Amino acid sequence: MAFEGLAERLQGTIQRIKGKGKVSEADVKEMMKEVRFALIEADVNLKVVKEFVKKVSERAVGVDVMKSLTPGQQVIKIVKDELTQLMGGEQSSIQFASKPPTIIMMVGLQGAGKTTTTGKLANIIRKKYNRNPLLVAADIYRPAAIQQLETIGKQLSLPVFSMGIDVSPVEIVRQALEKAKEDHNDVIIIDTAGRLHIDEKLMQELKDITSIKQPDEVFLVVDAMTGQDAVNVAQSFNETVGITGVILTKLDGDTRGGAALSIRSVAGKPIKFVGMGEKMDALESFHPERMASRILGMGDMLSLIEKAQENVDVEKAKELEEKFRTQSFTFDDFIEQMNQVKKMGPLEDIIKMLPGAGKIKGLENAKVDEKQMVRVEAIIYAMTPHEKTTPSIINSSRKKRIAKGSGTSIQDINRLLKQFEDMKKMMKQMSSNMQQQKGKKKMKMPGLDSLFK
Amino acid sequence: MSFLKKMKEKLTGTSESETVSKKFKDGLSKTRTQFTSKVNDLVAKYRKVDEDFFEELEDLLLQADVGVETVMELMDSLRFEVQRKNMKDTAGIQSVISEKLVEIYETGEEELNELLIQDNGLTVILFVGVNGVGKTTSIGKLAHRLKQQGKTVMLAAGDTFRAGAIEQLQVWGDRVGVEVIKQSEGSDPAAVMYDAVRSAKSRGVNVLICDTAGRLQNKVNLMKELQKIHKVLEREVPGAPHEVLLALDATTGQNAMIQAQAFKEATNVTGIVLTKLDGTAKGGIVLAIRNKLHIPVKFVGLGEQMDDLQPFDTEKYVYGLFAEGLEQEEGNDFKN
Repeated sequence: MAFEGLAERLQGTIQRIKGKGKVSEADVKEMMKEVRFALIEADVNLKVVKEFVKKVSERAVGVDVMKSLTPGQQVIKIVKDELTQLMGGEQSSIQFASKPPTIIMMVGLQGAGKTTTTGKLANIIRKKYNRNPLLVAADIYRPAAIQQLETIGKQLSLPVFSMGIDVSPVEIVRQALEKAKEDHNDVIIIDTAGRLHIDEKLMQELKDITSIKQPDEVFLVVDAMTGQDAVNVAQSFNETVGITGVILTKLDGDTRGGAALSIRSVAGKPIKFVGMGEKMDALESFHPERMASRILGMGDMLSLIEKAQENVDVEKAKELEEKFRTQSFTFDDFIEQMNQVKKMGPLEDIIKMLPGAGKIKGLENAKVDEKQMVRVEAIIYAMTPHEKTTPSIINSSRKKRIAKGSGTSIQDINRLLKQFEDMKKMMKQMSSNMQQQKGKKKMKMPGLDSLFK
Repeated sequence: MSFLKKMKEKLTGTSESETVSKKFKDGLSKTRTQFTSKVNDLVAKYRKVDEDFFEELEDLLLQADVGVETVMELMDSLRFEVQRKNMKDTAGIQSVISEKLVEIYETGEEELNELLIQDNGLTVILFVGVNGVGKTTSIGKLAHRLKQQGKTVMLAAGDTFRAGAIEQLQVWGDRVGVEVIKQSEGSDPAAVMYDAVRSAKSRGVNVLICDTAGRLQNKVNLMKELQKIHKVLEREVPGAPHEVLLALDATTGQNAMIQAQAFKEATNVTGIVLTKLDGTAKGGIVLAIRNKLHIPVKFVGLGEQMDDLQPFDTEKYVYGLFAEGLEQEEGNDFKN
């Protein structure tokens, strides 16, 4: 597939200008061509790309190539900084009304994820801001949209206000406001129907809702996979109802998410949250820098580091490193390691965050089967303490016993033993590499691709 | 006679196809006016076929989400064609453009744009796709369409995950007047399929359409679940599923290619339903998908009503995109 990151794309140009002291105009022009393609492939709108490239070119020409960086890295850095700045600015949170209730209205195209996001947002508002939200089911068009919101409300134990599908959304919202007053709900989140931005009748309906009482927040919910059309959508919704912020959904997919940049530069409104999964707690704050890396295909190292910091015990990590070096790594350590990694979330997500994960030998096919992890665990738990520390004693009768005890086959056990040995070898190689401080040798990770298959 | 005119004659030759074509044109009107008027502006602006012209055309295609690689291929073959025919001015260039677009779409093996409905016995159609693309809605529309054609249809509520999904399908079932086989939320979708196939067989319906939960293509376990569903259908009915339709949102950008690839790997997708084409998005990535993965678009979704699902026809699609340009070209011919 043609989805290389910017760094790979710039490879050729960079080779040519290596060693030059300054980046010339011609160099920049050539590199910007690649930047342009990289951004278009990431679904950034073409017009936005052009403006952006112009701006970056001006900054890049004549720049001194810092000693620590190659010219290519220098350009990438400028591109990334500029991207980050464009998407960043204020990291604003939810704007609450000075006099309750705060009204939040969710708008967007069909299937963007408004209803799910309404639930997630309510969850955050209750947990983080300690408020008492009322969800309003104002989507009377899509079959069972109201039931969907009601189910979500039940899951979260939050009240949902609905009047069926025969009452106009405007009337529903009007009465919901009354209801909120009665029940002392200080936040109202209105889930509106998905609509096309060119559907005049339905866009008017949104206007009518806002004319009852101007919402404090109007969130445009946008699918992160949206292509070139994102600008039209953002522009229309912004012009008609005046959005105050954007929520980018389905970012747990593998899309580059260039729509984020398009929307930001067209509507000028901050991206406030990103949807990272189907569970009700999978709504996170937006990080411009991470998004910039992602759009450029540079991996999401920061999120990875943050996740690791949150979950990895430093002391344990040191201990482990010691074990790598002294080759005293056992199956007990292996399990512990697995548990630490598991705490960081689904492995496939972690691998995705590694920059250039697709390029590391043995990792390009690493599709992780979490069930396989359970199997590995079962095998290890079926071993005796002695077997765990000295796997070499595991002979065929022991294998038979372990297979029986773990509900796996002898082949499974053979495979795990071999992988464990490979891993030990690799770790020895890695730690000796680190000690030599020369990481030039290409790191090979034998068996890593098949470990969890 | 230009390619487009031949095509138009072919399309307007019979009255039946004229109405279908009209419906298609109407649904695509926003797409068409936008794109065509831009092409026309371009032709008027440039008159001469030069690099600036090509560059702007390239931009137009990129803005239709066709994708860098395919656009580059298309531009190369356009340049070649223009040179070969020694075209100096932009008059008549629309037809060359659409000809090349159709060509890009249709290279590769012959794939059927039509649904494979069995003459005898049960036909099973499986719907797959990421979240929020319109699977359930498309199923409702397709059920209506098949029923109109005199088939007996049954639906299987395989999205047991998303809140309200089963109810949503049930509403469509009631609307269209077909039976929905369902279990409770959270039950095993493969078990729902097993049930549905049994019921479909015992009641002797013609077509069973299976809904599945939306899933992002990079979720390994969910893709495996889909393979399991596929396997159950395969085991219960020989040759099933006869069609695996990937619902694709026309608003989606380049990720659609990865979606098509991943779902094809997991479930051997036989066709695409391109949804939400009544907006301003053009869904140009289907050109690339067809070109690279040989998955044809079988239907397009053009609205929220029951009869807003239309069969996809390459020529009509491209004709729809270029209709206005063609009428102008014809007008010119008339004067001559």
